[in-house]
Amino acid sequence: MPSSSARVNASFSDREVAALRGDFPILTRTVRDDRRLVYLDSGATSHKPTAVLDAERTFYEQHNAAVHRGAHQLAEEATDDFENARATIAAFIGAPAGEVVFTKNATEALNLVAYAFSNASPNEQPKDARFVLGPGDEILVTEMEHHANLVPWQELSRRTGAPLRWLPVLAEGALDLSDLDTLLTDRTKVFAFTHVSNVLGTINPVAALAERAHAVGALVVVDACQSVPHLAVDVATLGADFIAFSGHKLYGPMGIGVLWGRAELLEVMPAFLTGGSMIEMVTMERSTYAPAPQKFEAGVPNAAQAVGLAAAVTWVEAVGIDRIAAHESALVDALMNGLAARPWVHVVGPPPGTPRGGAVAFVVDGVHAHDVGQVLDDAGVAVRVGHHCAWPLHRALGVTATTRASVAAYNTFGEVEALLRALDRVPGIFGIDLDEADPDAGLGVGPDARAGSVALRGEATREAS
Amino acid sequence: MDLYQELILEHSKRPLRSGLREPFDAEVHHINPTCGDEVTLRVELSGEGADAVVRDVSYRAQGCSISVASTSVLAEEVTGRPVTEALATFESMRAMLTSRGTEPGDAEVIGDGVAFAGVSKYPARVKCALLGWTAFTDALARAGVDISAISTATNPTVATSGSTATQGVSS
Repeated sequence: MPSSSARVNASFSDREVAALRGDFPILTRTVRDDRRLVYLDSGATSHKPTAVLDAERTFYEQHNAAVHRGAHQLAEEATDDFENARATIAAFIGAPAGEVVFTKNATEALNLVAYAFSNASPNEQPKDARFVLGPGDEILVTEMEHHANLVPWQELSRRTGAPLRWLPVLAEGALDLSDLDTLLTDRTKVFAFTHVSNVLGTINPVAALAERAHAVGALVVVDACQSVPHLAVDVATLGADFIAFSGHKLYGPMGIGVLWGRAELLEVMPAFLTGGSMIEMVTMERSTYAPAPQKFEAGVPNAAQAVGLAAAVTWVEAVGIDRIAAHESALVDALMNGLAARPWVHVVGPPPGTPRGGAVAFVVDGVHAHDVGQVLDDAGVAVRVGHHCAWPLHRALGVTATTRASVAAYNTFGEVEALLRALDRVPGIFGIDLDEADPDAGLGVGPDARAGSVALRGEATREAS
Repeated sequence: MDLYQELILEHSKRPLRSGLREPFDAEVHHINPTCGDEVTLRVELSGEGADAVVRDVSYRAQGCSISVASTSVLAEEVTGRPVTEALATFESMRAMLTSRGTEPGDAEVIGDGVAFAGVSKYPARVKCALLGWTAFTDALARAGVDISAISTATNPTVATSGSTATQGVSS
């Protein structure tokens, strides 16, 4: 992992990781004819320690009430639990509690910001010019975005008439910044990009990009789903104006996500969902809204999930985010080295030795990712296959689909070995001649790659759909 | 693992009747949105109504071994057959694939399609195996065939209507 503090930390010892795994009951189950589960799909969702399950259960058993309503004792306790959870999660990312908005997931958090621009743009009451978009303005994203940080901006573009621009991706998985000055201009109102790619593992230089964006007056929205669970993120120094991340990738429950935004922006930003809880005053004609973060939390909130996520954060802090980062980095190195020793496998993203996130996606020459994943699953190894909700990125890489292994704190070096052993069955099953494997074939990016530089089963067609 | 039968691997390596040919009565482009697999498929019919015959099925498939092989088997099984028989073959194939392993499939009706019986135990792969087949029924409908009698449900053992495949005529 990337941060210098992580490098001075060691990965977990076998004893440490064994103790840590004891917190995750699901890791002891078997799959597919009594094979031990080897879970390498934490980039999709992480497992949850018992502390998280206990926290949710305790909330429901002891304090259950609709928060911010009622004057009875349970309502007070539930509200305290909810707001304490907010404070815990805010402190984890270096933010004041009031800057953390709970959503149902990261996708909703990103939509919340996109819709704020949209809701500010029609001709109504006075509003903050930073959120007003029109045909003369532009939205900037990147080609490596998860659909959650692309489609909402496409829709915002469609609603406001502000064109969508994007930074392309270079062959080795970094953003192509050569045209940054023509793509990021004083027309750009918002620049949305991922901190860590969920496919490539690329770690983007958030502070540098944010500085450029701020210099032209653009707001910076960062998808932090693949960074917050895996490395220390401090919003005070990150440079972003907004970050979004999901709870369920951070050892927390499903159904809870977080939007962090600078207080002064949250204050002037229009509401997204409206209704109960988010109001200040309501008449039959019109309403005024509560201050942030309540302004963005319409309806009875997901308090039990917030409490669960706070328990997850507490668990991560007890283990140590820098230790987790160092452990995951060592696991990724082992995986990268193992894959590099197999010339019939091509990893997408930065080359070995480059700091990268916890996801490693690869192509097996001549075999579709679905088929690779099926063989791994047969050995009890759970990975993700497909385009990982980053279809344009895969198109740019010239591949239909990739196989992605992603690690978390509880993974072991033995599990990396198990994946590599299972992978070695793939060429035999699909009759791939290993002597013909071309270690230099690589994965081109750009128009040539789009024509298909990687041999996939079936007739390679790259028709636009 | 019993999923990758030799017949499937053979069809996936050397798909039968592949390539797009003229003339054709309808062309469709179907996508599996979960993995990005695509098939462009054309049908050419002869005759009208109940007497219609599938004269040709031609396609370009990009996908996993299951989806490519299944499309190959489709082309082999329905070409030259009356449309009514081709729809019965689809129904039989669909019923087997969505049975969660309870229906072995009838070789009399689906031929090499029986090799895909193992797929039904893997719900995530059923859509792969049905990609070409649902494209085929869509192409028939666009060529004017009444397909209202068949079910196009592709969810394993769940009786819902409609397929989740993104549909559209490529142009």
